[in-house]
Amino acid sequence: MSTLPEDGLVAVVKRDCPTCVMTAPVLGELARRAGIIVYSQDDPSFPDTVALRESDLGLDMSHRLKIEIVPTLIRLEGGREVARTYGWDRAEWERLSGLSDLGRDLPASQPGCGARNIEPGTFERLKVRFNETGLKSRRIEIGGDEDEQEAMFARGWSDGLPLVPPIEERVLRMLDGTGRDPQEVIGLVPPALAAATVEKIAVNAVMAGCKPEYLPVVLAAVEAVLDESFAMHGVLATTMFVGPVVIVNGAVRRRIGMNAKGNALGQGNRANSSIGRALQLVIRNIGEGRPQEVDRATLGNPGKLGYCFAEDEEGSSWEPLSVERGMKPGASAVTVFAGFGLQGVVDQKSRDPESLVRSFAESLKAVHNVKIAPACDALIVVCPEHERTFRDAGWSKARLYEELYRLCEIPGDELVAGARGIAEGGPASLAGKTVNKFRPGGLLIVRAGGDAGMFSGIIGGWSASGGHGSVPVTREVKL
Amino acid sequence: MTVLLDPTSERSPTIRPRLPRPDSLDGLTVGILDIAKSRGDVFLDRLDERLQERGIAVRRYRKPTNVRPAPLPLQQQIATEVNLVIEGLSD
Repeated sequence: MSTLPEDGLVAVVKRDCPTCVMTAPVLGELARRAGIIVYSQDDPSFPDTVALRESDLGLDMSHRLKIEIVPTLIRLEGGREVARTYGWDRAEWERLSGLSDLGRDLPASQPGCGARNIEPGTFERLKVRFNETGLKSRRIEIGGDEDEQEAMFARGWSDGLPLVPPIEERVLRMLDGTGRDPQEVIGLVPPALAAATVEKIAVNAVMAGCKPEYLPVVLAAVEAVLDESFAMHGVLATTMFVGPVVIVNGAVRRRIGMNAKGNALGQGNRANSSIGRALQLVIRNIGEGRPQEVDRATLGNPGKLGYCFAEDEEGSSWEPLSVERGMKPGASAVTVFAGFGLQGVVDQKSRDPESLVRSFAESLKAVHNVKIAPACDALIVVCPEHERTFRDAGWSKARLYEELYRLCEIPGDELVAGARGIAEGGPASLAGKTVNKFRPGGLLIVRAGGDAGMFSGIIGGWSASGGHGSVPVTREVKL
Repeated sequence: MTVLLDPTSERSPTIRPRLPRPDSLDGLTVGILDIAKSRGDVFLDRLDERLQERGIAVRRYRKPTNVRPAPLPLQQQIATEVNLVIEGLSD
């Protein structure tokens, strides 16, 4: 890198900038009358009006001088910058250079162009090069002949699928997605109870394939699962199927392009897929929660790669899940639910809510086992065509909850172990009583899915649902 | 060279340790891999004898050539059939 003069004028330009081209004769004039060094960001032969040109193709000097706009004119005295102006402004250039009558045939002023050193990607590369990232994570060097993907698999970082390599530039860009301090600790991730800093979460979000604008949602989801009442350690360690299911509400859904419509619970949307995956990678890598280690799941479920979707709030007659759970309407929020898989509720014939709610209730009774009650919590994902049936009949969400609980009352005789020829079941003392399939508050309803199709879904929960196990947690998405 | 940021809690070393050696060979099946260099079998046959004298199960394998890595099917076969592998270099 060349050195700056102790005293005198320095300019940074690029040929690609019309204002720089326009001021080339003025720079020549400054070279003759006062002396100047000009750094060119793109073409070392530009401007040919100045003899003392320095190539800054590597942009080191531009970065060091924190150039944002070209042309930038700087005055140095005693090795220190004493004045700076950018773009073309005759009065400013004259004041700064102490010369008069500069660029007489030019307009009085003309804005400059963006400098190359602050272009996305370049800026991060320069910060890494000058060791200005402030990132604290340990650096892992991968050999030149080593395949990055294989190296990451070999270190156990992957959920089984390829990862985006978390190089410093990508992590820096990811952190641009939040205003939070990279070293802020969001919580302790079980089972290792290791600190999840914003930076560590960003590293995992990079690997998961997130864009920077998804990071606030990932942070909120991590915060939510680390709330004591969610019981993340148990959700991880259980032999049952569950993992965190993330439901996103509010403005952030559309801002980051989440899918709440057709195939909302399926593949194909980057935000849905990568946010859920990032949360799981945080548990795996920061918390050291890995299958067949502390994760003792017998079968697990495909959603443990990532299970995240947005509620379809637009056009719904119901308040969004987040509002039901105390957030302000429109506020962005995530709700986490310890859930698994998807059980379909196919009903293409009910045209009134009384019939449809019975379909839902009878399907709900099968969660875990028809013989088990009270069972786990359940999240019901109501498709738009089913919601329409309730709406047209004027059923509020509260009414639907009320009817579902009422219809999920089960005669204890049916639940006793051995009844209906099934050994599974409850104690003989249930006979003659009535038992509800769900604890009060154990049902959650959201609306999602494509406009066509009378196919809703039930996401079953964990046997340890509720106060003695996991309860759903809602957290605001903070930018 | 690529530099990655460690996504983990950083409680394990950056250089992965080798798998620990077993404390004892009792009850384990030992694979002996002849890499197909000449006279390697002299040494490996003797090891085989000594292991069998101690009642340790031994399985023998041979690479088609010493100038290339073992073919993948052979690697997979060894991995599924034995608990540890001994290979020897001769010259």
